[in-house]
Amino acid sequence: MNNKVTRNLYLFPYALWIVLFVVAPLLLVIYYSFFDIEGHFSLVNYKTFFTAVYLKMTLSSFWYAFLITVISLIIAYPTAYLLTKTKHKQLWLLLIIVPSWINLLLKAYAFLGIFGTKGIANSFLEAIGIGSKQILFTDFSFVFVSVYIFIPFMILPIFNALNELNPTLLDAANDLGASKWITFRRVIFPLTIDGVKAGCQVVFIPALSLFMLTRLIAGNRVITLGTAIEQQFLVTQDWGMGSTIAVFLILIMFLIISLTGNRKRGV
Amino acid sequence: MVYKLEQRITPLSRIYLVLIFFILYAPIFFLVFYSFNSGGTMYNFKSFTLDWYKELFQDSRLLIIVLNTLVIALVSSLFATIIGTLGALGIHSIRKRQTKNTLLSLNNVLIVSPDVIIGASFLILFTMAGIKLGMYSVLLSHIAFSIPIVVLMVLPKLSEMSPTLIDAARDLGASQWNVLTKVILPFITPGIFAGFFMALTYSLDDFAVTFFVTGNGFTTLSVEIYSLARRGISLNINALSALLFLFTLVLVVVYYFISHRNRPGRWGGKK
Repeated sequence: MNNKVTRNLYLFPYALWIVLFVVAPLLLVIYYSFFDIEGHFSLVNYKTFFTAVYLKMTLSSFWYAFLITVISLIIAYPTAYLLTKTKHKQLWLLLIIVPSWINLLLKAYAFLGIFGTKGIANSFLEAIGIGSKQILFTDFSFVFVSVYIFIPFMILPIFNALNELNPTLLDAANDLGASKWITFRRVIFPLTIDGVKAGCQVVFIPALSLFMLTRLIAGNRVITLGTAIEQQFLVTQDWGMGSTIAVFLILIMFLIISLTGNRKRGV
Repeated sequence: MVYKLEQRITPLSRIYLVLIFFILYAPIFFLVFYSFNSGGTMYNFKSFTLDWYKELFQDSRLLIIVLNTLVIALVSSLFATIIGTLGALGIHSIRKRQTKNTLLSLNNVLIVSPDVIIGASFLILFTMAGIKLGMYSVLLSHIAFSIPIVVLMVLPKLSEMSPTLIDAARDLGASQWNVLTKVILPFITPGIFAGFFMALTYSLDDFAVTFFVTGNGFTTLSVEIYSLARRGISLNINALSALLFLFTLVLVVVYYFISHRNRPGRWGGKK
């Protein structure tokens, strides 16, 4: 009996947190999505969401998030693989992670200088004879900077998965005559798929919602779901419409989580 | 024998790794480099100067913002660590599998949710509850989004702990309180510290949530950097980023020692 009392004592503040900051906000977002800008109950926001403008925006947001995830994965997988082969792999991994601890906005700000009209990227382009181009405020710069920001988050779970791979399995594959490619396709990749899924999850969901990058780097050329939510909440002040977009973003989030399986701890 | 060769890194893959490291670090060093430019732009390095740093230290408004950010981070991490640790203890003591899983899923909602959703929904929450947007709303939000990560850092430590330890303590006549303070807490301390550090970095790094829930007159560093950067380039930000980079390195080294002492081979990532 006594045990139960202490347990409930432990759980009380935590449960209070769950109710106030996890359940209540979600319900409030759903509740608000049913009100129009004048505060009347209506389904007008959902109707608006299913118009061409919003559907197109959702699709393009998806497309960019997909591009960012795939490019990050293509760059991150070999990196993680090679990292596991280095001598001081934990130290190298740490060095990969350090940039992710630098404030995201500072990194975005750095690219304002690098990609600027007179920036270092353009002087390079001029030096090799291509001539200076408009790099900043294009969708290219948005994808590039996003990939740059997300790479460490993609590397980390893949590295952990590769690190846990039993090396004798590779020996076995080798002994049985599998080529390197077959070993990778049939042994290494399937065994590290959880890491890949976790990585895709940590990249795809934020990539749908980064609004500061679209504002700073893409110059409003790219509108993601996150940009739209921020716009509705803080600029237009139409919380109902903002909540409706948020509801869809939450639905997409749950869909992706169920697709990519449960996230492992601490990633 | 064949595998001995495979363990080696080929020159080509070494180049690949060097390239990745270069790309990851170049923008940061680029920022730091131009913080010494007397020219005032992020191209055309004129001559070396420390003026931007001087200006930074004379900007009392900015110093107050730095102070705000640090206070919010420390206080929110402290509260989050206490509530999160209690939560982890509670979750650990639950025997029913289903209840446990439900709690864990609820715990993870804020970790996977995009910042925009957290920010927007907290904005609605605070407005409905009549809490004025400003320091307290920011503090509450930071506590709220840091709690789940603390739980996730403490829980594995609790499951690592053998239940016989507690049985032994009980048999030897320890009270509930003694079991908690003399057996359980010392055992899970590394997890608690790791959780505290993660909460600290979550709070220091947060931009989107703070951006939504802050009101007039209260800003944190991230929000300030955003509004400065939207206005264009000013080398004050470069000087600031150089200092923050140093600070981050110190934090990383501390975290490295804490987590390496306890749990080799695992790193907590950040969103």
